[in-house]
Amino acid sequence: MSINLLLFKITLLVYLVATGLLLLDVVFRRELFGRIARRVLVAGFVLHTVVLALRWFDVGQTPVSSPHEAYSFFAWAVVGIYLLFDLRYRLAIIGAFVCPVAVVLMIVSSAMPKQVREPNPLLDSWWFPVHVSLAFAGYAIFALACVAGIMYLLQERMLKGKHFSGLYFRLPSLDILDNINSRCLSFGFPLMTMGIISGTVWANAAWGDYWRWDPKETWALLTWFLYAALLHGRLTIGWRGRRAAIFAIIGFCCLLFSFFVVNAMTSTEHSFRAMQGETMVLPR
Amino acid sequence: MNILVVGLSHKTAPVNIRERVAFAPTAMEEPLKQVVALPGIAEAVIVSTCNRVEIYASSRDPEGACAQLRQFLAAYHGIAADELNPHLYDLCGGEAIHHVFRVASSLDSMVIGEPQILGQIKTAYGYASEFKTVGLILNRFLHKAFSVAKRVRTETEIASNAVSVSFAAVELARKIFGSLADKTVMLIGAGEMCELAARHFVNNGISQVLVTNRTLERAQKLAAEFNGRAVPFDSYVEHLHQADIVLTSTGAPGFILDRPQLEGVIKRRKNRPMFLIDIAVPRDIDPRANDIDNIYLYDVDDLQEVVQANLKERHKEAKKAEAIVQTEVGQFHQWLGNLDVVPTIVALRKKFEDIRKDELEKTLSRFSHLGDKERKSIEAMTAAIINKALHQPISLLKQCKGDRACDGYVDAVRVLFDLTPPDPDAGDTSAEDGLNELPLKE
Repeated sequence: MSINLLLFKITLLVYLVATGLLLLDVVFRRELFGRIARRVLVAGFVLHTVVLALRWFDVGQTPVSSPHEAYSFFAWAVVGIYLLFDLRYRLAIIGAFVCPVAVVLMIVSSAMPKQVREPNPLLDSWWFPVHVSLAFAGYAIFALACVAGIMYLLQERMLKGKHFSGLYFRLPSLDILDNINSRCLSFGFPLMTMGIISGTVWANAAWGDYWRWDPKETWALLTWFLYAALLHGRLTIGWRGRRAAIFAIIGFCCLLFSFFVVNAMTSTEHSFRAMQGETMVLPR
Repeated sequence: MNILVVGLSHKTAPVNIRERVAFAPTAMEEPLKQVVALPGIAEAVIVSTCNRVEIYASSRDPEGACAQLRQFLAAYHGIAADELNPHLYDLCGGEAIHHVFRVASSLDSMVIGEPQILGQIKTAYGYASEFKTVGLILNRFLHKAFSVAKRVRTETEIASNAVSVSFAAVELARKIFGSLADKTVMLIGAGEMCELAARHFVNNGISQVLVTNRTLERAQKLAAEFNGRAVPFDSYVEHLHQADIVLTSTGAPGFILDRPQLEGVIKRRKNRPMFLIDIAVPRDIDPRANDIDNIYLYDVDDLQEVVQANLKERHKEAKKAEAIVQTEVGQFHQWLGNLDVVPTIVALRKKFEDIRKDELEKTLSRFSHLGDKERKSIEAMTAAIINKALHQPISLLKQCKGDRACDGYVDAVRVLFDLTPPDPDAGDTSAEDGLNELPLKE
């Protein structure tokens, strides 16, 4: 087993421990667990950064071109964004909802073939890291928005229905959850927009046309419109709360679909097969 | 020395008994002095609240003392012992410590987690120390009880959820709005409950109060009380969109706010959430308003249900608290045991040492021709005799520290050698020194 793989497995283990501690914090309401979990998670994130850096070094390109690399990168982005938000909100319960997402991504990643491929000359451009970093940062922020949305719907249901489970006492106020939604949108949307624009500029430089309507692009545009509608609704007609939460959840489902299904199933330039150089995408 | 509790509480006695054995807080000196004057009782604290009357005491003879205290309670309040006895409980040793720690932590209260009882015990302790009826043991004991109560409050969330309807409303508002600092509350009608809830909201940081009432003067008077603004009753709906929280308690026979009206209001608020609390019976607000997005409508029964949920949550937290109390009881019990053994050993040694010195002096004064060397030998020999004679009983006492049998041994030693009780003001560190064997001189 290579060092990289070993570190990857340790990272997964550390994330699992952090998730367990966060769940303990929520179930038994001992803040101590949450504080330890935060440190464990930071340690895991640092380790994960090392894993990705080593992988980058091995591949010679931004490590997102195989499913194993991409899901791992996604998990890394989710944890990083959560830690950033945690600086402001300091709520273990959000972590207890977010960390399982990262853990699932890591487990999916670890189930994928992990061999290092030849670098693909097509991706040999500075646009590649720029494009994927922006896109993944956006994904991660929208993942957080989706989680906050789920929490909002749970809490709102209890407040409306007047039936309170133990979760009611642990979930933060509706105001905080809606606030996270709005913040995620105001950071995530520009990132996603820039991600798409950087992609078009790169496409133009590589193939001479900005937009080719490959399925990934179509889905990305659709999702972009969804988030644009939410942002517009929030800013002008006072959409908030439940509606915003539902939008954030649907938006993220679209992202997941385009990420898991489109990349894996199709053979256009965003697919893993193309990125690994199995099918050539030629300029039209 | 043993700690004991004799008393009654809301769990064992109805109010008509409790009110008859209550002690007036203004006249605590007399009963306290009487209790410590009873044979066998060394120290005493009397806790008297509307839900419990308890005497905490330390005694060497717990059974006798319990009987004494039972008699005292009946005699002092002029109640027949037969009538009072079935309601009284008496606990001693670990059980008494456990009980008092639970009471102070509000685990034995009518409403679990309510903090008043701790203050009441502190007051009771204040009287006892003012009238000097507490010594080393109860001092230490009650301070321990206070620190256990504090631990329970900080390490569990036993007191964190409201158990009154009006405070439950404030907590719900917090779950909806987060901070209440920049929020506005509107009072429609002026029921007593409504006013109380409004006061809770104001105390929790609400920034503005609007008041409306059929009679404008009443509204103005109430508004002045809250530093708020009165709104005429026939146009209050026009102001409704300014309010984040609305409290209604009019005597109107039907709904004064219906669903379409509130739909308009929420639109005007750009969907900012609204928390409506309908305290009126019959209700003031059409219950279907709860179906509108971002409106949360609660009536009296709903709030009652929140209180029930909060109580359930407190009971869950109480389990954690019980575990904390349990460990603390163990620790304190051990301290109490040590306290008894150590001064007993010290007193025992002192007794023998005094005898040795007296006798040595008498003997040596008659043999003035003895040289320094001989004198020292004789001194060393007497010290060795005492050390050897006391070795077995003292090591037994040291070993049994914390055992149940220990109390019996300590008692026997004290009676057999006629040892005086330990000085309550002496700390246990100085006593610890006496544990070492007498220095042997060459």
